[in-house]
Amino acid sequence: MLSIGLGHYLTLAAIIFTIGVVGIFLNRKNIIVILMSIELILLAVNINLVSFSIFINDLSGQIFTLFILTVAAAEAAIGLAIIVIYYRNSGTIRVEEIDKLKG
Amino acid sequence: MIAHAIVFYIFSFIAIISAIMVTVSRNTVHSVFFLILDFISISCLFIMIGAEFLGMIMLIVYVGAVAVLFLFVVMMLNVAQQKNEWFNASESSSHIPVGLLVSLVIFFELIIVIGGWKYKPEVLDSISLNVDTNITNTQSLGNVIYTDYIHLFQLSGMILLVAMIGAIVLTFRQRSGVKRQSYIRQISRERNEGVELVDVETNKGVKIDA
Repeated sequence: MLSIGLGHYLTLAAIIFTIGVVGIFLNRKNIIVILMSIELILLAVNINLVSFSIFINDLSGQIFTLFILTVAAAEAAIGLAIIVIYYRNSGTIRVEEIDKLKG
Repeated sequence: MIAHAIVFYIFSFIAIISAIMVTVSRNTVHSVFFLILDFISISCLFIMIGAEFLGMIMLIVYVGAVAVLFLFVVMMLNVAQQKNEWFNASESSSHIPVGLLVSLVIFFELIIVIGGWKYKPEVLDSISLNVDTNITNTQSLGNVIYTDYIHLFQLSGMILLVAMIGAIVLTFRQRSGVKRQSYIRQISRERNEGVELVDVETNKGVKIDA
């Protein structure tokens, strides 16, 4: 319990990952919170990579975390731009009212 | 060791609580604040286990750029006061129990995997990028990124460039009725379309805009 190993970090990452998935499934509010849940999921993946990298003493995990960070920033920028133009065109970003595609 | 454990539990507790608050918070601005708190506590954990460079980069990129971008968009779109019907039994909420079930199954699968795995013995011997403890984390990352991973590094720069251009193209709009300076028209203007010479007769004056 008191010696923190790899399992503790992986459990933390699993919990945050699940909270992110729950946030995507259960969100009734607006689509920005869904984007934030995606950021949480990417954060959990980063925790996994970094803790493996530290505990097996291999640098590659940290390098790939850096690339995930880059892609996450790009994804947030594009996603928020799409949200801004959707709001400008239709006046709402509530999840239930986004049904233009009739999905 | 005990101090390490205590600090780990404090930071991970804050991280989990703030992750929950991101999803259940009534106000979207509060969600962004809790997202920032989450990123900060996770980056403290990174610094604690020895990935200082990534912890600092997390602070700069996530807290300084991404979360502030979220905050900016939330405040610009004025959705903070939007009514929140989380868990409200509206007509389209029939997928909530299924979503919870799927999430719980995902969580237990992850926990089972974490509890039951072990390293293959040859993995630990065949590690290619051993961490050199004599140099700092930042320096060892830099040694590798700019040599072995240079193509991936350049490619991630291209991804950022494409994202930047995409965001600008998506949100750019031409407003009508706004007077703008047009350099090409200014430069290509000839004398005969800007100046007109008129012979003025005595005691008549000139009528402009006939």
